[in-house]
Amino acid sequence: MNSPIVSRRSLLTGITASAAGLLAGCDSLARDERFRKALFSAENMHKWLQRSLQDRDALAPEFGFDQRSPFFRGNGTLNPRSEGYKVLWRSKFADWRLQVDGLVGRPLSLGLAQLQAMPQRIQTTRHDCVEGWSAIGTWRGVPLKLVLDAAQLSTRAKYLVFHCMDDMGGGADYYESIDMVDAFHPQTILAFALNEEPLEVRNGAPLRLRVERHLGYKHAKYLSRIEAVADLSNIRGGKGGYWEDVAGYEWYAGI
Amino acid sequence: MTSDERAAPPPQIVRRHRLSTRLWHWLNALCLYVLFTSGLGIFNAHPRLYWGQYGANFDPPWLKLERFGAWWTLPASYDLALSRRWHLSFALLFAFALLAYMLWGLVNRHIAGDLAFRKGELRPGHVWRDIRDHARLRFPRGEAALRYNVLQKVSYIAVIFVLLPLMIFTGLSMSPGMNAAWPWLIDIFGGRQSARSIHFIVAWLLVAFFLVHILMVLLAGPLNEVRSMITGRYRLPREREA
Repeated sequence: MNSPIVSRRSLLTGITASAAGLLAGCDSLARDERFRKALFSAENMHKWLQRSLQDRDALAPEFGFDQRSPFFRGNGTLNPRSEGYKVLWRSKFADWRLQVDGLVGRPLSLGLAQLQAMPQRIQTTRHDCVEGWSAIGTWRGVPLKLVLDAAQLSTRAKYLVFHCMDDMGGGADYYESIDMVDAFHPQTILAFALNEEPLEVRNGAPLRLRVERHLGYKHAKYLSRIEAVADLSNIRGGKGGYWEDVAGYEWYAGI
Repeated sequence: MTSDERAAPPPQIVRRHRLSTRLWHWLNALCLYVLFTSGLGIFNAHPRLYWGQYGANFDPPWLKLERFGAWWTLPASYDLALSRRWHLSFALLFAFALLAYMLWGLVNRHIAGDLAFRKGELRPGHVWRDIRDHARLRFPRGEAALRYNVLQKVSYIAVIFVLLPLMIFTGLSMSPGMNAAWPWLIDIFGGRQSARSIHFIVAWLLVAFFLVHILMVLLAGPLNEVRSMITGRYRLPREREA
């Protein structure tokens, strides 16, 4: 047996070296396709566990007006750069339309005034960014369910794809998608007002999605079109959202 | 080991740790390593901490740090999505392993027999003696080395039944899906940003535990201690001569 001093020193060196080795090892492991698949599959486990523990219509916590953030910051696109968006903004979105199409019996094209004439829901909820910050604000909008009912959504539709007007670079507009559990959730609304003011550009004017049991990147801003589809694999990168395609974020953003 | 011990009779080797304890120990070592480094990677996305329900750039943080450097985080270069993938998959492994360990510890009486305090162990006199022994690096020998001493029990109980569950429950509180499923959970911690702050603080308490744990292993005889946690076999330290 070695003398304890030597073994202690070698153990310390060993710990330091293996910690550094482990970090490098983890990084190369994460590039291995099979390991990556296993690592990414945890998302499905979380989704299954959460959906098992949640009632289908379980509500996200709601707050009082006095619990709101003094300032509701924006994130992601703060000012869409496309000329088309700027033209719409200059006319206060008078010419803007929301298309509802895909697997629907009756495609819709709705203006802001038409949406605002529909029954509304007001909810003061917490917005949680994937980055870690939270902000509380009061949203006013039309329950998505009412729009889907009006469009006579087909039973073949499994997902809704939300197409946005903000170009993320290279002509790729932001997009997101949700499934029918969230589409028909009572707090899922198409919001046109935050804290009783029309949406600011940084918060997604003229219309954004609120899907309160998910992280912020699900809440698509600058909506132009809702497309009902049977599966997501043919849409853009196939992963159901801009950040899911580009950066590898979870499609199930309830985690 | 002193030289005159070489002439002594062969050391007594005993079985020290159960297989379940050893497996859980090394799985934890891996999980806590991955969770801590990927957790710092996630923290780097917004390196500020707040108390209460909300908190973002325009709200006053109680702690504002620079991003942790590449040698701290998993992956080394900033990648929030991949840090989250690591963190959220190992969180499942870690949480269910802890649950299994606790249940199995009840069945095989590891908790009742080894971890629970014995009668008289919490008397101030006994605790004080144990503190003095630790301070003088006088570790138990002979049969006494086969039992956890009271400071060990206090720290293991605090880690297993307080800190680790706190990590899991504050972690769950940060998930919007869980907020809808278990709205009472986030109320216990006083809001999502409080839960995030507690998660961060407890992570560092676990690092502190890890450092003291390693120090104790080094002082108590690293080869013997590490071997007993790998193979279960432990060389009993000889009784001190009176």
